Amino acid sequence: MSQIILFWSVLACEAILALAMACAAYRLARGPRAQDRVLSLDAFYVSGMLLLVTFGIRTGTTLYFEAALIIGTLGFVSTLALAKFLMRGEVIE
Amino acid sequence: MSGDQFPLWAAIAVSVLLVAGSLLTLAGCIGMVRFRSFYQRIHAPTIGTSFGTIFILAGSVVYFTVTQLRPAVHEVLIFVFVSVTTPVTLMLLARAALYRDRIERDPDVPPSKDPLDNAEMEASKQAPRRPAVKEA
Repeated sequence: MSQIILFWSVLACEAILALAMACAAYRLARGPRAQDRVLSLDAFYVSGMLLLVTFGIRTGTTLYFEAALIIGTLGFVSTLALAKFLMRGEVIE
Repeated sequence: MSGDQFPLWAAIAVSVLLVAGSLLTLAGCIGMVRFRSFYQRIHAPTIGTSFGTIFILAGSVVYFTVTQLRPAVHEVLIFVFVSVTTPVTLMLLARAALYRDRIERDPDVPPSKDPLDNAEMEASKQAPRRPAVKEA
């Protein structure tokens, strides 16, 4: 019984997170300006990180946790670099 | 999903936490699609980075604590990292967007109170005004 509940709830969670990533991808493609695209890329990264956490729950291994941590770090650095680029036109002055 | 000894209360708790967290993240992304201006849009995904992340990571903590029969708190690392970095990135992004809008003399953005900023904006007056973005 508990296995069935867990299976369907993890599946629903993954579907909802995929829908959230689709919303972020729509805004990423639509724009209209560069800062909207950077913001949606950040939301895309966060949704992907949460999706990896749910994959970890589905498989029962903590391997995906490390991947989620790396995704979160890369999302932070990339958003920071892109925001710096939008502000000044170059990343490292 | 290992073993049949997973207790029902834990399964229900994990399910509720996961679905609540993913729904909050979805709400944030829908808000990012539907809001009109960038300064409204930048508020929306933070519901996913705050409570969406907290709920999903809490579900993961409950699941691994029950399956491994010992406290699993490594998800707290992700929570600390996300909650520290999100305000930094989004404030920098908002400052960058404000700077760009002021350079382009967007009428919806109020002028800066800093005289140095205003001097920079005056110097950019020669630059051609950007065409109006029609997408809402």
